[in-house]
Amino acid sequence: MEWANQLCENRQFGSKMTDSKYFTTTKKGEIFELKAELNSDKKEKKKEAVKKVIASMTVGKDVSALFPDVVNCMQTDNLELKKLVYLYLMNYAKSQPDMAIMAVNTFVKDCEDANPLIRALAVRTMGCIRVDKITEYLCEPLRKCLKDEDPYVRKTAAVCVAKLHDINAQLVEDQGFLDTLKDLISDSNPMVVANAVAALSEIAESHPNSNLLDLNPQSINKLLTALNECTEWGQIFILDCLANYTPRDDRESQSICERVTPRLSHANSAVVLSAVKVLMKFMEMLPKDLDYYSTLLKKLAPPLVTLLSAEPELQYVALRNINLIVQKRPEILKHEMKVFFVKYNDPIYVKLEKLDIMIRLASQANIAQVLAELKEYATEVDVDFVRKAVRAIGRCAIKVEQSAERCVSTLLDLIQTKVNYVVQEAIVVIKDIFRKYPNKYESVIATLCENLDSLDEPEARAAMIWIVGEYAERIDNADELLESFLEGFHDESTQVQLQLLTAIVKLFLKKPTETQELVQQVLSLATQDSDNPDLRDRGYIYWRLLSTDPVAAKEVVLAEKPLISEETDLIEPTLLEELICHIGTLASVYHKPPSAFVEGSRGVMHKRLPARTGSGESTESPDVGTAAGGSAPEAAPSIIPSQGDLLGDLLNLDMAPPTTSGPPPPTTGMQMGGMDLLGGGLDSLMGDESEPLGGDIGGSPAMGAGFGAAPAVMPASLNAPVGGGLGDLFDLGGVGMPMGAYIPPKIVWLPAMKAKGLEISGTFARRAGVIQMELILTNKAMSVMTDFAIQFNRNSFGLAPAGPLQVLTPLGPNQTIEVSLPLSTVGPVMKMDPLNNLQVAVKNNIDVFYFSCQYPISMLFVEDGKMERQVFLATWKDIPNDNESQFQIKDCHLNSDAASSKLQGSNIFTIAKRTVEGQDMLYMSIKLSNGIWVLAELRVQAGNSNYTISLKCRAPEVSQCVFQCYEAVLKN
Amino acid sequence: MQLPAKMIHSLFLVNSSGDIFLEKHWKSVVSRSVCDYFFEAQERASEPENVPPVIPTPHHYLISVLRHRIYFVAVIQSEVPPLFVIEFLHRVVDTFQDYFGVCTEAAIKDNVVVVYELLEEMLDNGFPLATESNILKELIKPPTILRTVVNTITGSTNVGEQLPTGQLSVVPWRRTGVKYTNNEAYFDVVEEIDAIIDKSGSTITAEIQGVIDACVKLTGMPDLTLSFMNPRLLDDVSFHPCVRFKRWEAERILSFIPPDGNFRLLSYHVSCQNLVAIPVYVKHNITFREGSSQGRFELTLGPKQTMGKGLEAVLISSQLPRGVLNTNLNPSQGTYNFDPVTKLLSWDVGKINPQKLPSLKGSMSLQAGASKPDENPTINIQFKIQQSALSGLKVNRLDMYGEKYKPFKGIKYMTKAGKFQVRT
Repeated sequence: MEWANQLCENRQFGSKMTDSKYFTTTKKGEIFELKAELNSDKKEKKKEAVKKVIASMTVGKDVSALFPDVVNCMQTDNLELKKLVYLYLMNYAKSQPDMAIMAVNTFVKDCEDANPLIRALAVRTMGCIRVDKITEYLCEPLRKCLKDEDPYVRKTAAVCVAKLHDINAQLVEDQGFLDTLKDLISDSNPMVVANAVAALSEIAESHPNSNLLDLNPQSINKLLTALNECTEWGQIFILDCLANYTPRDDRESQSICERVTPRLSHANSAVVLSAVKVLMKFMEMLPKDLDYYSTLLKKLAPPLVTLLSAEPELQYVALRNINLIVQKRPEILKHEMKVFFVKYNDPIYVKLEKLDIMIRLASQANIAQVLAELKEYATEVDVDFVRKAVRAIGRCAIKVEQSAERCVSTLLDLIQTKVNYVVQEAIVVIKDIFRKYPNKYESVIATLCENLDSLDEPEARAAMIWIVGEYAERIDNADELLESFLEGFHDESTQVQLQLLTAIVKLFLKKPTETQELVQQVLSLATQDSDNPDLRDRGYIYWRLLSTDPVAAKEVVLAEKPLISEETDLIEPTLLEELICHIGTLASVYHKPPSAFVEGSRGVMHKRLPARTGSGESTESPDVGTAAGGSAPEAAPSIIPSQGDLLGDLLNLDMAPPTTSGPPPPTTGMQMGGMDLLGGGLDSLMGDESEPLGGDIGGSPAMGAGFGAAPAVMPASLNAPVGGGLGDLFDLGGVGMPMGAYIPPKIVWLPAMKAKGLEISGTFARRAGVIQMELILTNKAMSVMTDFAIQFNRNSFGLAPAGPLQVLTPLGPNQTIEVSLPLSTVGPVMKMDPLNNLQVAVKNNIDVFYFSCQYPISMLFVEDGKMERQVFLATWKDIPNDNESQFQIKDCHLNSDAASSKLQGSNIFTIAKRTVEGQDMLYMSIKLSNGIWVLAELRVQAGNSNYTISLKCRAPEVSQCVFQCYEAVLKN
Repeated sequence: MQLPAKMIHSLFLVNSSGDIFLEKHWKSVVSRSVCDYFFEAQERASEPENVPPVIPTPHHYLISVLRHRIYFVAVIQSEVPPLFVIEFLHRVVDTFQDYFGVCTEAAIKDNVVVVYELLEEMLDNGFPLATESNILKELIKPPTILRTVVNTITGSTNVGEQLPTGQLSVVPWRRTGVKYTNNEAYFDVVEEIDAIIDKSGSTITAEIQGVIDACVKLTGMPDLTLSFMNPRLLDDVSFHPCVRFKRWEAERILSFIPPDGNFRLLSYHVSCQNLVAIPVYVKHNITFREGSSQGRFELTLGPKQTMGKGLEAVLISSQLPRGVLNTNLNPSQGTYNFDPVTKLLSWDVGKINPQKLPSLKGSMSLQAGASKPDENPTINIQFKIQQSALSGLKVNRLDMYGEKYKPFKGIKYMTKAGKFQVRT
């Protein structure tokens, strides 16, 4: 038993050293014992007793009975004891108001203590004692403290005004504390300013009409100065306060934005989000053609992405806010889709939010990726998440028309899994797809009908019934199917009953002869046997219609339904605007108006985004229709029959209006006369796009101002051919037989003089998908060379030897050996200058030698670099025009087919070719070994030996190298 | 008339078994029954970490974070920025950890009075007051066994009598009068790579979260500058407030007066647009056949782009489908473990030797007669790479101004896996 005793002792010792002993007393009479200890003469015992009382209080025990005894300990010069007593007082003063008065004298005295810490502590504690009688005594000390020489006391006092206002607003106003508080906004100490702002904001919240926070350019300036110097919490208060200000014009707006943007790099995520709020709001006032506007847009993305790498709770709040931001300004995060991909161990609340944002960001350009992800998610374990993923696939189909077919086939795959809830969700969304694209995917109905029995959820049953009713004429056994549902009519939910009623009436109207009995049955079930008023009413209406005027019934029941809109769950614009003004708040997390969050709401002001009030010269009309229509009047009627659509697209994209889209050159207008109309449409646009490019890139008026307009032109023009009569345009007549890849001639990389007699020459080649470095080693020295080895420095594309250098026999004097070294592209990466520079070290028994060489980037072009046409179109428009570069290849005498087949030998794939007025345009794609895609447009004019080539790539730095390859390949 | 109170109203600490073991009210007392809404949400959540961080109740909102298996539940009564609350709660956790070494229920209970004093000092009327650890330490001294004994004997207290010097200065993060006999400044560049790799081994997303943590013990008011070989990598950065932002913007140099002790100088993010090297690859073959009660499991690991450094502390874990009853696997190195209850497979691989790649092969037994599992397990990989930052970030030099002595300086690099997942 000795070990047990020991343990006991240890425990006792242990507990003596810590506060956990305060938890151990459970016996009765505890209060009595504490009382005795509190009244002890020994200071130490007193302190211990107060600690015990506090400990009991923290775990929720009621120790209010000890009030007088604890207050008696207040008069002490021991700061810790004083603090503890204050803690106790704050907790219990409310329940013992008469007793609390006893403490007033000490408070008043402490407010005049020489130590600022004690002055601040006293005024702070007094404010927390919510007893009317005490507040009367608080006024004088508070007034002094607000003007204290020590800023620590002032900043504490500022908060105290808010506390006092909370208890007795009238008193605060009568005593003039509000004015004093306003004065503190000009305090020399930033911390005091921040606290004054915080206090005023809080008070203002309960006084919506008072002009407490009178924000004017001067006070804004003071706040912005304090912003740089105060604590992170103060920054949040100041930023939130700034967000309430409405700048006079765009200049002021910009200057505030400029001073706020550094906050985006703050480590505190709340500071970041408050800064985002200010910027999102003030951005509204900036003219969109301003350079600063696009700079600002770019600056907003990284901090938002960074928030997503924080703890999951922060991520959640960030995601809810990002959801708002992408609805308001989708352009900010449109390239950041990948950060929203779900990790399997994200908490469920993060997963669901990410999914939502993925759908919002889904576009033609990234839909393939998104769908692949969604399909992956649909096989996860968590039921809620799987359901939402399936729904998301449906939403993608509705949002991105081009992907609808792929979405439907993905949904069918999922239905084949037979996982019950997956099937049901899939059917619900397929119904929506039918509503968006009528008469397109009805072939899948048969598959859906196979799964009828597994549907046990009302929503899925209702959806299925709707489908059967809507397409009754195509489903042979529609009457049987609906009849089977009818058997358990009264056990169905209202949703299903209503749907069933409508479906059977539809069926009857389509096939009146065989279904008379069925319709009678459902009408009587609905009207006579049901006590649901909605169902009964609908039943009676149908009955009356059918019996009086079957034609009218047809018109009503089988009327054409409006197509469902692209995104059904978008937040209503005025609410969205208001929520943008409240980024970072609870309202933004719940996507509900802020007024819902103030208890006993007292006149909440609705915030609005400021309207643009330009001070500058930016006068272009925001109305796209007039801008575009007015600028190309003579061309408009003849060129593009789908112009309406084009404008529609532009509007939908919500991008900057094309400021002055220059009228298309008359030549293009002429030449189109003879061609088919759609083709003409594309032509002119392509011409528009490319011709001015010949001159200079950024400056061409047709490119639109800066960002928005230019990419918008492309999708509209390229969308057209996909479905329409332009298919043939992309029908390649036949690309000639591919030839072998171009291999540059060997050159001397390392002269013998520099390498103690070893000469190395070589070249690079790509053979059957393997990159090879082909070397000739010549021994020009007198002695035998052995032990060859080779190493590369880190390089731009991660080239590395895939194996050792195979020089097996010693290399005698004057001997030459040819070696071929296979290379891999998984080595370490470092950007080189020039990009295709490779630093090599070769070792032999004599020494180590270094040289550098440049490889043709074409050997990195992989064999699967042929892009799908549609992907090509989407990618082309998705890559910003800034990334486009244009080159001339001179003196090349190949025709376009020969060029194309020559290029194909080097894995430069021609995707499409078209001819306009003797000029051949080849559209080509290249994929580099590290996954970079390069898109090219090569223009070959018959009889002109100069080619023009435009390259577009997300990594524009490779363009120069790629161009060199073109030149090398075409000229050899 | 009770007006709606702004800011954080109360704080409850809840342990994993759902008991409230500490409560603190900054305004009036809120009954702990408000936590019932939290407990309801906790019950609904399948995993402890799935409790939603913001929970509405009829009169309050509960904002919680889960750290060290303790829920920190803040109660607010009206519109308060949730991130503000969450950041504050994080600060509370950090402070506890800083003061007590660990943040556990036992440690908090052992120091309940200090905890209470700290909470009171950190928030006034719901406004954050002092949240910087060095200011707090001047106001309330961290408990040590020695100090407790000394205090008991001398009757002195844990509470500082002086106004903390940093509180109002322009450099609130640093106290004055710091003195060390050995002056040293150490910086750790730590990068975590998050990645999703798909079935075929191609990268779906890959990003690097990097931080530079510092331990600076320097006398006086040193002014440091830190420059990088390749500052261009850092285009998405969050700084400690001490960093002079203007200087960074203009010169890409970090210039700062450091806090005393340990702090995070900056964190950065290198996203998929830049090239993120993937240091490890997995070859896997996990198959279930329809109608068979056996499944095959094969896993081989190998180094990929590691910049010549070795992969260490490699740990594989994977949640196998529910239908798997047990596994019979053979690791070529390290130890593996399969928990038949949670279906969690973990394999402690250790170091990867590129000459002899580690593998784990064998069979899985499935429930007899059950259909083939639908879901494919995801493989989670942890690893470390010493002396290397995956992004290639390198510190160029560290200089000190403002003080005369010569400090010891040191920079360490490390890469480790964050959420590194391979789908199968």
